[in-house]
Amino acid sequence: MKKTIITVVGKDTVGIIAKVCTYLAENKVNILDISQTIVDDYFNMMMIADMSKAVKSVSEVSDDLDKLGEEIGVIIKCQREEIFNSMHRL
Amino acid sequence: MININEVLETNKMIEKENLDVRTITLGISLLDCIDSDLDRLNEKIYNKITTVAKDLVATGEAIEKEFGIPIVNKRISVTPIALIGGSACKTSKDFVTIAKTLDRARKDVGVNFLGGYSALVSKGMTEADELLLRSIPQALAQTELVCSSANLGSTKTGIDMDAVRLMGDIIKETAELTKDNDSIGCSKLVVFCNAPDDNPFMAGAFHGITEADAIINVGVSGPGVVKNALERVRGENFEVLCETIKKTAFKVTRVGQLVAQEASKRLGIPFGIVDLSLAPTPAIGDSVADILCEIGLEYAGAPGTTAALALLNDQVKKGGVMASSYVGGLSGAFIPVSEDQGMIDAVNAGALTLEKLEAMTCVCSVGLDMIAIPGDTKPTTIAGIIADELAIGMVNQKTTAVRIIPVIGKTVGDSAEFGGLLGYAPIMPVNKYSCDAFVNRGGRIPAPIHSFKN
Repeated sequence: MKKTIITVVGKDTVGIIAKVCTYLAENKVNILDISQTIVDDYFNMMMIADMSKAVKSVSEVSDDLDKLGEEIGVIIKCQREEIFNSMHRL
Repeated sequence: MININEVLETNKMIEKENLDVRTITLGISLLDCIDSDLDRLNEKIYNKITTVAKDLVATGEAIEKEFGIPIVNKRISVTPIALIGGSACKTSKDFVTIAKTLDRARKDVGVNFLGGYSALVSKGMTEADELLLRSIPQALAQTELVCSSANLGSTKTGIDMDAVRLMGDIIKETAELTKDNDSIGCSKLVVFCNAPDDNPFMAGAFHGITEADAIINVGVSGPGVVKNALERVRGENFEVLCETIKKTAFKVTRVGQLVAQEASKRLGIPFGIVDLSLAPTPAIGDSVADILCEIGLEYAGAPGTTAALALLNDQVKKGGVMASSYVGGLSGAFIPVSEDQGMIDAVNAGALTLEKLEAMTCVCSVGLDMIAIPGDTKPTTIAGIIADELAIGMVNQKTTAVRIIPVIGKTVGDSAEFGGLLGYAPIMPVNKYSCDAFVNRGGRIPAPIHSFKN
């Protein structure tokens, strides 16, 4: 398992999840979990995804999602899970 | 499994509170480059650095992208050059050729600073040490991003006052040679007492002779993260305050540890240490002085500053030590003036003086750092300031340092511009009374006694 955390932050609009999920499906990234919350009127979504079968590397996916985010008008980040684990888990 | 709030907390630290890994510093031993022929020595040094460090920048950038954490600097430290050039260099000019080689190698591998144009003279100087020290002004003027340092004292050896006096002259000469740029050469030169062998931070980084052939050291930072965490506990007692700093330092350091291990794995170079530091930058919200204000001071420098800094420094270490398997370097809060907007404001308000900064260095890392003083300050006065600061380190068994900039052509009321991470600094007044007779005595201050602690 090669887990990455994908976060989407921005103003809520139609089709954010659909567009992100379509991109992930096309690139064989498997979504394990999705959660979302609204903080200060901003839409916050987090996906935990498995990239072990992904056709692209984490940094390529990260670049693509960055561009996709610009198109939709939200900020999309793709980060390896370890940074969160190391900070929040002993 | 990680939850959304934890993810958002981490990303907020990175995006809004300037959390970053301040530097990945690759320490490289040049001991195996030693040669009696100067040309061959330079060639070997160039080849070793460009071979060992060839993937450093690319690896750093890849880690940055995959983890989403900025790694601000990728740097190199090398074995103190006085040791490496001792056999080949017959004059100070010979040493300068090595500085140029280091700068060329640095440029070719794409790192932004290289440290280790250094001499370790805590007890005495060899001929090579003295040649290197005397070459520093030219070396710093003729290279772009090579950093120089000298260890002039230690708790075990005392202080080499001959070297201290010499460094007063060297700093002044370095300032003169770079006077067109507000004497910026001095920002690349630091003198130490008890210099650590594994410091990843510039300008004092060098690869100590106790170290392995190559090693990865990482410096973390995050004053903004601590400041923001403390905003949430305003008015609470010291227990709550200290716990908050500790927990925050733990989180910040864990990121450094992760990056260090990852870099070590990818480069195939052993992991050395994480330096647990609060290193400010001139960016707003990235200030150690702001933390002191958040703890409860109107300005850094107000009464209570030394105590506030002492507790801050101690909690950062307590939180950080558990987060990393190996801790080293300078570890603590840095209090440079020019690189910290809060410190600059405190100086401009008249709240912070050179003397108070000296007192603050008793309880934190590292020392008098990035302080601009009048350009007409005498070399002996600079040596006196150095001697005071080193004495604090010697007696208290800690690292202390001086990176002071006599800005030629400027005086109190003026300001020096260094640019980038180095920031700008108001010129601070220096005590006008002479210490000539003290500094000119020559010889050494003996090592202090380690009993009868009072």
